[in-house]
Amino acid sequence: MYAFNYVRAGSVSEAVQAVPGGNFLAGGMTLLPSLKLRLARPDQLVDLAGIPGLAGIEEVGGRIVIGAMTRHIDVASSALVRAKIPALADLAGGIGDPLVRNRGTIGGSIANNDPSADYPAAVVGFDATIITDRREIPAAAFFTGLFSTALQPGELVLRVSFPIVHRAAYVKFPSPASRYAMVGVMVVQAGKDVRVVVTGAGPCVFRLPAFEQALAANFSAAALEGLTVPADGLNQDLHGTAEYRAHLVPVMAGRAVAQAQGR
Amino acid sequence: MSVSVALEVNGRAVSLELDPRTLLVELLRRELRLTGTHVGCDTSQCGACVVHVDGRAVKSCTMLAVQAAGAKVTTIEGLAQGDQLHPVQAAFRNCHGLQCGYCTPGMIMTTVDLLRRNPNPTEHEIREGLEGNICRCTGYQNIVRAVAEAAVALREAPAASASA
Repeated sequence: MYAFNYVRAGSVSEAVQAVPGGNFLAGGMTLLPSLKLRLARPDQLVDLAGIPGLAGIEEVGGRIVIGAMTRHIDVASSALVRAKIPALADLAGGIGDPLVRNRGTIGGSIANNDPSADYPAAVVGFDATIITDRREIPAAAFFTGLFSTALQPGELVLRVSFPIVHRAAYVKFPSPASRYAMVGVMVVQAGKDVRVVVTGAGPCVFRLPAFEQALAANFSAAALEGLTVPADGLNQDLHGTAEYRAHLVPVMAGRAVAQAQGR
Repeated sequence: MSVSVALEVNGRAVSLELDPRTLLVELLRRELRLTGTHVGCDTSQCGACVVHVDGRAVKSCTMLAVQAAGAKVTTIEGLAQGDQLHPVQAAFRNCHGLQCGYCTPGMIMTTVDLLRRNPNPTEHEIREGLEGNICRCTGYQNIVRAVAEAAVALREAPAASASA
């Protein structure tokens, strides 16, 4: 790691003031490996762990609001999330491994926007709202590209607000070593709307309109038969080719629909 | 820059001046000479470095020492009560849940946390619970048996888990 100064912020305003030239530090599950590989060189790390009120899960006005510093384990084991948005609890319970889930946070995951991260699929799939220290950002405008988001420099995610949706499921094909999604598909049916969202396959999370239309007409795995995804532009690495990932997308989507039907 | 870090390790108060880059595992192994916690991959995949921070099992190679300031840390050295092995340690010995032993401290620390959350896991739940710990010798069979045996022992003597 390159040298950095460490700041433990006591409040949101203190954190935002301290961060220019540096990075916010949430659970550190992606930031610390990046620092160890010298992929990042922040002047300072601003630790958010000491800020009161950034972690926690509440039901507010018919939505489930999750604080940015809420750890994956706490979303996965929350009776409230399990009852109101079971697919979100399942997704959180499948991130990384139990040790990563004990440290990693929802705010850190979405702010980092790793192309293989699980949470972006849920945020887009449920059409969540991201609440920062200065504004509210709809999910559709939040994830802008590889490791990129709509967040301005120094803007801090405070909460993520999800609508209550039962009929949804997330199924992924994890890398056997890292447990990151090689391909993960979130299927959400909310009223007449169906969203099919893919993570892990491309540089950034994306929707599949053709799959969504087919499922809006007939919400069953059979409705996806014959639908394919082009391999152009998909990720290619030592874990799998772009063609392999393209093949996995409809397979994971079909499994997700079958799971969601049971809800 | 150096930072002051005060924390509790295996019940002992510790206070040190550290470079903020110091990892928790470096604090434990280098500064405190608690070398039972191992470094395997150093990339948060293998789980050899698992310790408990405020009761939660975490990978100490992927946490800064300063992030543990004010916390209670338990390492493999803090599990036994004198000569009395913790029931999870005893079960790993009974079942021979190891070969070379390199992954064992991490396996045991993860297991203690796993059984605290889920005192009666199925074999599938045990395997999922150990997803973040890699053993390159055993094929996991005896490790899974050890966890199952430890679960029975802890259910029969729950006081031992409370003390960990």
